[in-house]
Amino acid sequence: MPDLLKVKDLKIAFQGSDESIEVVHSIDFSVSGGGETVAILGESGSGKSVTCLSLTNLLPPAPSCTVSGEILFAGQDILKMDAKALRQIRGAGIAYIFQEPSASLNPVFTVGYQIEEAVRLHRPDLSDAKARTVELLELVGIRDAAQRYRAYPHEMSGGMQQRVMIAMALACEPKLLVADEPTTALDVTIQAQIIDLLRELRSKLGMSIVLITHNFGIVKGFADEVLVMYQGDIVERGPVETVLSAPQHPYTKALIACIPKLGAKQHRLTTIDHEMAASQ
Amino acid sequence: MSELNASEPLLAVRDLQVHFPVREGVLQRVVGQVKAVDGISFEVPRGSTVGLVGESGSGKTTTGRAIARLTPITSGSVRYAGQDLSTVSKAAYFPYRKKIQMIFQDPFSSLNPRMSIYSSVAEPLDIHFKQLSKSQKEERVSQLLEKVGLEADFMRRYPHQFSGGQRQRIGIARALAVEPEFIICDEPVSALDVSVQAQIVNLLQDLQQELGLTYLFIAHDLAVVEHISDFVLVMTEGKIVEQAPADAIYSNPQHPYTKKLLAAVPTL
Repeated sequence: MPDLLKVKDLKIAFQGSDESIEVVHSIDFSVSGGGETVAILGESGSGKSVTCLSLTNLLPPAPSCTVSGEILFAGQDILKMDAKALRQIRGAGIAYIFQEPSASLNPVFTVGYQIEEAVRLHRPDLSDAKARTVELLELVGIRDAAQRYRAYPHEMSGGMQQRVMIAMALACEPKLLVADEPTTALDVTIQAQIIDLLRELRSKLGMSIVLITHNFGIVKGFADEVLVMYQGDIVERGPVETVLSAPQHPYTKALIACIPKLGAKQHRLTTIDHEMAASQ
Repeated sequence: MSELNASEPLLAVRDLQVHFPVREGVLQRVVGQVKAVDGISFEVPRGSTVGLVGESGSGKTTTGRAIARLTPITSGSVRYAGQDLSTVSKAAYFPYRKKIQMIFQDPFSSLNPRMSIYSSVAEPLDIHFKQLSKSQKEERVSQLLEKVGLEADFMRRYPHQFSGGQRQRIGIARALAVEPEFIICDEPVSALDVSVQAQIVNLLQDLQQELGLTYLFIAHDLAVVEHISDFVLVMTEGKIVEQAPADAIYSNPQHPYTKKLLAAVPTL
């Protein structure tokens, strides 16, 4: 498979009060088309979310934020595109789902209206946008889709709201879905359901996924390749099974070790020794 | 510590029910009941940690709030160190507000953004330790912040200047301010990164050893609950469906719901 997304020498810096602070230091990675999943792992502040926002140039404009390097999506450089060309990529090429579904949905409109808005915007050719919306709700596993079309966000649970966000992201059949901590705000049982849904949609629609998370647990069995980010650098990368079974970098080891394991009663949980991780 | 014998549990909950009325129409007539907590019984021995696990909507948070008297009880009893708290008057309950404290899930919404850290942590002292002078209060707040792993001069700052993990430490410092015996931890680590989660769980365990605290630890992640708890209660739809020592819950789950929760925990 050719590379759908190729990021080269990406640097992101924010303007501080008197100096520019670089938060992502020259990273490279690529995602193949047709269903490859790349997971970006790291803690809060590691630069994983700004990296994913830069993929469609969603960061604030210069001078408050400067992005350099190349982000090639299907061969075209996102960073050189004008606003009109970017609109074609956003949604139809690359779509997002975010961490907190209740904060991403507008509380005063029905979920159907909000999905339909995305459908109308990107698919003006469709005569029946509503039918397409109901179809999308069914696709993400919402029962009684025609009924739930009229529901407001507050009438749905967190897991259902996240399904609505996924339906909205799928409205224009993106080639790449960027999922920024899609399950962090959800219960473990719902987390398992959402990951299963993403897995099913990936094979059904053949879209590639960039999954951003801090939890190694949900990466296993879902992603093909994993990138571990720490303080703006990719400190380790490789196939998921290899990284999990034989982590090389001390930060990766610590990130795996700090997850409590069922049935293995430890006296204390391992925490991350930042001095040690940074010294490598 | 009281002079009660050690064999008596610190907290004993009997047939606790918390129902909320469902109202409808212009006249807001009561048309039904939501049985958030539907007849549960359990005990929390002094100095131990009891984990309460279940999904959103299972009634676990309502249980915690009912024990802390933040939600009225429909029926049943909550005995704390031998005293039935469900029947005492508001005035008679006052000393228990000092003994029973809560730590909440979201460290972003549980701290007032317009109050400095000093004001937030010292506020409970104004209620329960009125005799303290200004300088004594400052001294106490700086000790508390150091105890939870923060720097004493953080007290002049405001919540937005802190990360989620630091805010959760501030929430813990505030709960500890009134020298409680029993802390209800309502999903204290669910909103945190796994690495920060490990730090907070370790901090709670250290504080328990140092101060002899008793915890009711509410969470949806069975792996965390199993790690920190001596005894685990599994709750769904307002009822406790299984209760067992922490290791038995993992090695020999009985109820299908417990098995479902175990299966949902990602394994490495």
